[in-house]
Amino acid sequence: MSVLSTLAEYLSHSSVRNALIVATLIALCASLLGTTIVLKRLSFIGDGLSHVAFGALCIATVLSISEKMFLVLPVTVLVAIILMGGNDNKRIKGDAAIAMLSVGALALGYLLLNIFPNAKTGNVSGDVCSTLFGSTSILTLSDADVIMCIVLSISVVLFFVVFYNRIFSVTFDENFASATGIRCNLYRLLISVIIAVVIVLSMQLVGSLLISALIVFPVLSAERIFRSFFSVVLSSGVIGIFCAFTGIIASILFSTPTGATVVCVNVLVFAICVVVGKIIRKG
Amino acid sequence: MAQIKGTDVSVGYEKRIVAGGINFEINEGDYLYIVGENGSGKSTFMKCVLGLEKPVSGSIVYGDGLKQKEIGYLPQQSYIQRDFPATVSEIVISGCLNKLGFRPFFGKKEKERAKEAMEKLEITDLAKRSYPELSGGQQQRVLLARALCATGKVLLLDEPVAGLDPYAQEQLYTLIYRINKEEKITIIMVSHDLEAAKKYATHILHIGGEKCVFCTKHEFIKENGGCLF
Ligand SMILES: Nc1ncnc2c1ncn2[C@@H]1O[C@H](COP(=O)(O)OP(=O)(O)OP(=O)(O)O)[C@@H](O)[C@H]1O
Ligand SMILES: [Mg+2]
Repeated sequence: MSVLSTLAEYLSHSSVRNALIVATLIALCASLLGTTIVLKRLSFIGDGLSHVAFGALCIATVLSISEKMFLVLPVTVLVAIILMGGNDNKRIKGDAAIAMLSVGALALGYLLLNIFPNAKTGNVSGDVCSTLFGSTSILTLSDADVIMCIVLSISVVLFFVVFYNRIFSVTFDENFASATGIRCNLYRLLISVIIAVVIVLSMQLVGSLLISALIVFPVLSAERIFRSFFSVVLSSGVIGIFCAFTGIIASILFSTPTGATVVCVNVLVFAICVVVGKIIRKG
Repeated sequence: MAQIKGTDVSVGYEKRIVAGGINFEINEGDYLYIVGENGSGKSTFMKCVLGLEKPVSGSIVYGDGLKQKEIGYLPQQSYIQRDFPATVSEIVISGCLNKLGFRPFFGKKEKERAKEAMEKLEITDLAKRSYPELSGGQQQRVLLARALCATGKVLLLDEPVAGLDPYAQEQLYTLIYRINKEEKITIIMVSHDLEAAKKYATHILHIGGEKCVFCTKHEFIKENGGCLF
């Protein structure tokens, strides 16, 4: 009873409601895009990009830019376009380069933060920790942040719906798609821009180290159970929303770190899906 | 103007030429067989015709109003992951994508087309099955059905009968021949089956080495005294 009343108490705050809305929308975008990222074996790109976003964020902090997004977003989009360039056959060789880039960006960001600590907070490890693992900043979103998040998320979902058939083709067999006149380069470009946007968005929720979890877990869970692309996409969206929602509620109730809790719920759901999948296939 | 015309084409990878001196001209309704040994560059040549690879030198141009969107293709190997979650019907209808124009979703016409293609290849009963769980020959049929869906004017097939049982092979040859004759669709096919080449082809391209030979079937048979090699 006390748990429920605490929850009701929290939900009466608009900041908590905003956090819930933003988190579920971000999780939905991440899990939808996750389907093409994971199925194209590009998970490492999500990881690399989030580290690049971290590096850019550090630079923005050092330069005391007030609207950090104006630096972080373009940098991440640019790197995404470079990493996703080249078709399936060529891209695979680049994974070592991506690993270098992502670790490099991480190191550079941390180094810069240490050399030029933020005058306002003066707390290096606190800054780093919150950018890496997410912070309570999700509870202190301004109305403008919330509206931006909602608009961007809805655009991503709309893009995914409208281009669903093209995304399937490009994900399933890029060579066939280009051979039969589908403009794979264009769609690959669009997808990389959107991945970058989603990563920058979700950095606020779970921090840059845990973003990949939002992207890969829902798809991997869905894949255990479902066998068609459509049902995997659909269920991965549902799983993403469910995990973000319950994760945030749990983190509020038990005062645990938001990002880590959301990711742990994802891990839990994945474990359940593995078991369910095994049972279905046996039966 | 020919539908597809190649002048002094040589194909290969990173400047290393695998096959060169290819001159050819394909017109509407032709049935071209591409023959040659393993590793002679047949698949590479196909990819150059499709624009997936660039020729090392020479040029391949589409004429006769042929657009990339009117080409169907069956790759020899697809880099499709073993565990990709997709059903047969999802894959077959994805071949119709180049018919959509600016529409986002498949309509009645595309669904009908996909259904017909599945019927032609006798995979209707597999429609709801998951692609990775099919046998090699069944997968080949699915990709063939997808290629049929994508075809408007030209169909390129890289070893289409590989992995099919003799009955299915015979059926496929008949099916392709019928498409070629009835719908005037140009066929370009890589195959090691010389008997079939003699029976169905109008032109033959022998790929291999510095000088590749392109000629009509009759010239080829005459020059080689009735046998192809
Ligand atoms: N991606 C690649 N990079 C470099 N070389 C390649 C590549 N793909 C093929 N080759 C080489 O090019 C040559 C021609 O290959 P190709 O696949 O075109 O042969 P093929 O005539 O289709 O043979 P098969 O009858 O076995 O299908 C081979 O020597 C092969 O080793
Ligand atoms: Mg080949």
